[in-house]
Amino acid sequence: MLDAKERKRLKDKARQLREKIVEVTYTCGGAHIGGAFSQHEILVALYYKAMTVDPKRPDWEDRDRFILSKGHGGIGHAVILGDLGYFDPKLLMDFNKTGSPFGMHLDRLKVPGVDFSTGSLGHGLALGVGAALGARQVGKAWHTYVVLSDGECAEGSVWEAAMAASNFKVSNLTAIIDRNKFSLDGPTETLMRLEPLDKKFEAFGWKALSIDGHDFDQILDAIEEARAEKERPTVIVASTVKGKGVDFMEDKAAWHYAGLDDAMRDKALACIRAGK
Amino acid sequence: MAKATGLTWTIEDADHMTQAEIYGEVLTQIGLKDKRVVALTADLARSTKIGKFEEKIPERFYNVGIAEANMIAIASGMTEAGLIPVVSTFATFASMRAAEFVRTDLCYQKRPVKIIATHSGTSFGQAGTTHHCTEDLAIMRSFAGMTVIAPADAYETARAVAACIDWPGPVYIRIGRGFEPPMHKSMDFDFEIGKAIRLREGRDLTIIATGVCVLQALEAAERAAQNGVSVRVLDMHTIKPLDEDAVREALLDTRRIITVEDHTVIGGLGDAVADVIARTGKGCAFRKLGYQDCFSMVGYYEDLLHNYGLDADGITDAIAQVLKAEFEQDEDWEDEI
Ligand SMILES: Cc1ncc(C[n+]2csc(CCOP(=O)(O)OP(=O)(O)O)c2C)c(N)n1
Repeated sequence: MLDAKERKRLKDKARQLREKIVEVTYTCGGAHIGGAFSQHEILVALYYKAMTVDPKRPDWEDRDRFILSKGHGGIGHAVILGDLGYFDPKLLMDFNKTGSPFGMHLDRLKVPGVDFSTGSLGHGLALGVGAALGARQVGKAWHTYVVLSDGECAEGSVWEAAMAASNFKVSNLTAIIDRNKFSLDGPTETLMRLEPLDKKFEAFGWKALSIDGHDFDQILDAIEEARAEKERPTVIVASTVKGKGVDFMEDKAAWHYAGLDDAMRDKALACIRAGK
Repeated sequence: MAKATGLTWTIEDADHMTQAEIYGEVLTQIGLKDKRVVALTADLARSTKIGKFEEKIPERFYNVGIAEANMIAIASGMTEAGLIPVVSTFATFASMRAAEFVRTDLCYQKRPVKIIATHSGTSFGQAGTTHHCTEDLAIMRSFAGMTVIAPADAYETARAVAACIDWPGPVYIRIGRGFEPPMHKSMDFDFEIGKAIRLREGRDLTIIATGVCVLQALEAAERAAQNGVSVRVLDMHTIKPLDEDAVREALLDTRRIITVEDHTVIGGLGDAVADVIARTGKGCAFRKLGYQDCFSMVGYYEDLLHNYGLDADGITDAIAQVLKAEFEQDEDWEDEI
């Protein structure tokens, strides 16, 4: 359980960064805003509370590793890294523009703080298994976190990695699934059924926790539980809302990727400020 | 090139994607008449426009979720029932994620699955390297039994889609993101798989281009003409089987050749043409335009084409260089060809 002050700090941060995501989406012409909003509290909880990282030393050997397997959430990741001071956040105003270090999917060679370049779905969990195995091999204490989307769990490679993670008992790996129930073409359950998702991971030998992915207490408790597990990897199935925080975007597949005109931006900002 | 086409759309007009839309329409027309045709995608029905097929013929449409390799193998399996599956996803995933499935389940087994690979080259410019695809022509060309087509615009795409259905074996059709400007004025022109289209006559030099670069080549040829340089332009929409006669004729007639493709210079159109030239044993001033063994930067498509010298400006520079280049003249050319 978080104390009230800490909870407020995280909530305020999340709100402020959601506004920033709207601003960047507006200036860059279009972004994966729906998925950036569903993953948002998970990333804020990791970067502002759970993970051991140092923005002044992005290459610090002992830092926790983070992999945004749903690489199209890059806009949300970049906004956080900028806020933490990994780079000058003013650079974000050129997001997606020609010659900018930021494409829709972040490149680890161009953006400080990004550990792995992602964007092609289905790679991140295996990268995470490798990073976790690597840490164990060289005797490092850092933990590896992978954030996946639900749609990407249709890729066979996710399940190959799931099998490997439990086979190699990589308990220093935590996967968090942004379970917003939408893929690009529609709801996962009508497109390519995933449920029972937690049971699937359990059958693969994982510890599985199910939480509300917008509730900081639940996210951080689950992460703590995952860190305490020493026998097997943990997956946190975080139930979220695609487009969370802006009423006209919530649960609408069309807001997977879109641009904002002036009126939409104003409406979105008003919505976020009202804390809806 | 046109400035920032289609890059500022909002949710209301997100579905106006001209090039791909035309192919979606044509495929749907074909499907309505030909019951053998089934369509598949991997969670990209809207982005690739194969979703048009779904609207009209839902009973012959399969969305496998984000699972490209799975999709290719499923499509291969369906051919066993006499079906002709047309699958569509982004080029990067069709050609690379699913590469071995394409080779082993389609090419090796001669399965008539038609792949429509969208967002090829750097057409998805802002998405970055994971979504750029500058390797697919090389990869697909290397698979025995694969036919590889890179249409110049929407109209040519429509013709290619129509032509591929009864063409034997697997076919890979590579198109852009959907905002590319048209080169033809309608669907009404001679189109044959494996036969280059001579768009412009010329004596001094030949540009052999494919895909979106064809329009740029035409524009460069136009500019050259104003300076008294006569440039032939070949629209090499089929990379495999390559129209070798058209290459040899260009070599004989102009002795200077430039290839242009929105693709790496390794293994694509340029190398296919170079191979034909080398086999003739004739001297030729030659340049390959494309990505020079690098990953592209991020940006608007038109800026990227410009930056890597693949638009009319870049081709114009290359023309000047190639006109200056020396090559060994030989006398007995006519006898040998
Ligand atoms: C291998 C691969 N196939 C297809 C895509 C194109 N793509 C980008 S996002 C997406 C689906 C988005 O849904 P989901 O994965 O659930 O993400 P979220 O809802 O969290 O945004 C697709 C198909 C991709 N990036 N990678």
